[in-house]
Amino acid sequence: MAAELTAAQAALAQVATDPGAKKPDPIVVGSGITRTFGGLKAVDVEHIEIQRGVITALIGPNGAGKTTLFNLLTGFDEPNSGQWSFNGNALQSVSAYKVARLGMVRTFQLTKVLAKLTVIENMRLGATGQKGEKFWLAPFKWLWKGQEDEITSRADDLLARFKLDAKREDFAGSLSGGQRKLLEMARALMVDPELIMLDEPMAGVNPALKQSLLGHVQSLRDEGRTVLFVEHDMDMVRHISDWVIVMAQGQIVAEGTPQSVMADQRVIDAYLGAHHDTDLSELDEAALEAEVEAEIKEEQA
Amino acid sequence: MGDGTAIDVTLSDDSKKVDGQPAPIEGVTLTVTTDDGTEVGEDVTDAEGKASIPLPGGGTYTVTLDEDTLPEGIELDSKTRTELEVRVLISGSATIAAFPIGVQAADTTGFATKLIDSIVSGIKFGLIIALAALGLSLIFGATGLTNFAHGELITLGGVVTYWFNRDAGLPVILAGLAAVLVSALFGYAQDRVLWRPLRRRGTGLIAMMIVSIGFALFLRSIFQYTFGGSTQTYDQYVAQVRHSWGPIHLNDKEIAIIVISLVVITAVCIAMMKTRMGKAMRAVSDNPALSASSGMRVDSVIRNAWILGTALTGLSGVLLGLNSQVSFQNGGRMLLLVFAAVTLGGLGTIWGALLGSLVIGIIVEVGPTFGVPSSIKEVGALVVLILILLVRPQGILGRRERIG
Amino acid sequence: MDFLEILRTALQQALGPTAIVYVLAAIGINVHFGYTGLLNFGQSGFMAVGAYGLAVTVVILDGSFWLGVAVSFVAALALAIVLGLPTLRLRADYLAIVTIATSEALRLVFGSVEMKDTFGGSNGLTGYSKVYKDLNPYSDGIDLGFISYRRDDLWNITVGWSLVAICCLVVWALMRSPWGRVLRSIREDEDAVRSLGKNVFAYKMQALILGGMIGGLAGLFFALKQASVVPTDYNTNLTFLAYTALLVGGAARVLGPVVGGVILWFLLSGLGATFGQMTSGPDPILPTWLMDSSQSSLTRFIVTGLALMLLMIFRPQGIFGDRREIAIDGR
Repeated sequence: MAAELTAAQAALAQVATDPGAKKPDPIVVGSGITRTFGGLKAVDVEHIEIQRGVITALIGPNGAGKTTLFNLLTGFDEPNSGQWSFNGNALQSVSAYKVARLGMVRTFQLTKVLAKLTVIENMRLGATGQKGEKFWLAPFKWLWKGQEDEITSRADDLLARFKLDAKREDFAGSLSGGQRKLLEMARALMVDPELIMLDEPMAGVNPALKQSLLGHVQSLRDEGRTVLFVEHDMDMVRHISDWVIVMAQGQIVAEGTPQSVMADQRVIDAYLGAHHDTDLSELDEAALEAEVEAEIKEEQA
Repeated sequence: MGDGTAIDVTLSDDSKKVDGQPAPIEGVTLTVTTDDGTEVGEDVTDAEGKASIPLPGGGTYTVTLDEDTLPEGIELDSKTRTELEVRVLISGSATIAAFPIGVQAADTTGFATKLIDSIVSGIKFGLIIALAALGLSLIFGATGLTNFAHGELITLGGVVTYWFNRDAGLPVILAGLAAVLVSALFGYAQDRVLWRPLRRRGTGLIAMMIVSIGFALFLRSIFQYTFGGSTQTYDQYVAQVRHSWGPIHLNDKEIAIIVISLVVITAVCIAMMKTRMGKAMRAVSDNPALSASSGMRVDSVIRNAWILGTALTGLSGVLLGLNSQVSFQNGGRMLLLVFAAVTLGGLGTIWGALLGSLVIGIIVEVGPTFGVPSSIKEVGALVVLILILLVRPQGILGRRERIG
Repeated sequence: MDFLEILRTALQQALGPTAIVYVLAAIGINVHFGYTGLLNFGQSGFMAVGAYGLAVTVVILDGSFWLGVAVSFVAALALAIVLGLPTLRLRADYLAIVTIATSEALRLVFGSVEMKDTFGGSNGLTGYSKVYKDLNPYSDGIDLGFISYRRDDLWNITVGWSLVAICCLVVWALMRSPWGRVLRSIREDEDAVRSLGKNVFAYKMQALILGGMIGGLAGLFFALKQASVVPTDYNTNLTFLAYTALLVGGAARVLGPVVGGVILWFLLSGLGATFGQMTSGPDPILPTWLMDSSQSSLTRFIVTGLALMLLMIFRPQGIFGDRREIAIDGR
């Protein structure tokens, strides 16, 4: 951990470690967000605030509703109720692409690189405000050639930073799991987001790459962006996050600095204690199975 | 062909005069058979009410009028027969059969009567659609595939029944049963030969949909090749007199269609609820990956869905042929309605398919009562399809899907 | 059997007006399916409104020829919007369902007895192509030795191949641009594109309109070269043949539909001529119980259906394509 703290990190020291705690400078504020799937409440968040300029981790057992919350906040799913805002802009029923344009960009748990496009084309796609993406201008190359060159050089810089420059002309489908995660992150940066939301950035990444990925995530904060990530890898959570929000059964059950959360009895009960050594994927299936059975019963009734 | 000998029929409505002449009736199908029951040919009356059926030569023939093709508002009265015996003695197109049609003209039939009639016939048609829609839903639920060759599976039922009935000489009931069996076998075969290997290869759904349009083109052309381009009927139950129960008028075959569909649909629904295989099918359609991981034999579930789905769809074709006629295009025309029905109810849900089918059946049949031209009454189903997608794309009974 | 005659017919047809109709239809489907991943199973519907747009304007409404041409394009554009609005936010099969249903419904409407005064019923409409015929600059047909075209067919293929060239140029210019990149990305994973701030719905709509209008152009050309529009010409077989042409030549390549259309029509015409010869005459080579002359014309559809299935299964990239580039194999 860096010795000197930014103002944003320092401010967190004053925040109460209660679920839904108010932050001094929140970038995202939401309340009353619920989403049900066939009678099962996947998300039921009373209040949530994300501090600007720091790395916030969202943890919790599988099925806790973390990814669903991600989907809701970014407009990829519609909640049953609730309101939330980003930088003061209300985001209820704002479509996903507009959320991204506002500066809130997410990645996916199962990476969504465009396998049949080359790495550099994947990157170029990320840039916003492209003249050449307008139907009427697109056929005339001289109108967008200049901008395309700018975009390409920015993309090349990012590829170099993420050590993907050697793969520039390869099809993205040929990359390894870890490289795909890197490419997705780099592509998200092409949008130049204020808040970047990473859904399990460490899943399926080989250990050798993990350390450099951690460095990349920290570098995002260091260049002034806010990071929110979902993660199971407790090492990662402990090492790089400034703040941790714990979810279980759709609700936020605890919040705090990594040290205080790991010591919190509620967290140990809800998450670490009970299933500390169990394989999380088994839990997931059990939960899903229960869900399916519940639905079948419901239909029969 | 013959030597120009033909039976010429002029159909006209005595109760409605145009310029002092009886008004011609257009679009009615007339079939000519020999006295041993072999069909000689058929024709549809033109704008002047005229039809001409060529004959191989002299002899005694029966001209049959297909009551279902009569325009809305025209019915044969009790004095009129739908069959007429004609003796052709001389060659040349001189033999004329006249159907004096006693008519209940449109204005003597009350709106309420017409409405009730069309609702009843809509329910009957809806049940025929429901069998095919149930088949489509079962297959969709198990495989996720929207099968664009589904219409051809409807055609299969009608065409095979026709062959067993006319060529093999089986009574229609036995021929229909045989056709359902053939359909079930065909369902097994197409999964075994086509779809299962594709699943094994990991072929994607989009690619499978393209394969299914190729399959549709292939099957439809095979039917046209072997069955021919014309429209045919089974040799029994072609024209029947309607009985009345209060405001409801149905003939025997219509009652049979309604009863058979209801019994089969109920049986399938009970089986889906109560039996192991039914529960397994529903579990697979809810979550294939989970079902596989919990030890279910997904492949056998999918195979059964193909067998049962194709058999139900074949039955739909058998009944459609009984209700009206058999043609290689039967399925193509039904496809629109079946798709509208399952989308309306919610793709992949069984109750949704049933509800959607009844709604579509009734909309299609009731439409003409409210002034929809009867030759394009199917278009109403399309309008409903587009509207429901705009308002509630998951259908009446469908659930919103989880993303990501 | 006269093999030279079969070869001549096949070649003549492969470069002739009918092949051009399929090529144009397939270029439109290429924009939809090849580049964007949209399943339009109702290209025949776009073609029908293109053809009827001209015919109805000129014959029924007494409008000018050029107004009719404009109406054709507007009709195709309107159809694309009507089909796209309810379906483009939904899973891919909904567009397929609605397009195939609409194309069939349109055919029913155009052929209906009740609307005979507007659309000409099952006989269709004629008598709208005088302006087009009068524009013909050729005084005579052309004889290339092995194949020859009559005067009006020469004019048809001149116009037709010019239209093909223009469409290919437009598709090429668009698909190399960032706009084309967005389409290809949508074909792969539209959620990824959405997460990067692109209005996926708008791009899909633009693609649907562009491909649909090229389909309308195909219908317009069909109407001009045929000099009559008949509803039964616009059945789903037309769409399916165009898909086969596209897959033969290779989807998502500018010249794929052109190469595919020519090859497909060469093979189908050759096949038709072969079976035609084998079933004609007083003592046909094939016994009539096996195949008569009306059945011989069906062989092309049977073969096309099979070809479409086999291509999609074994060579989705087309005859010349590179499997790595085509996105339609995996999911």
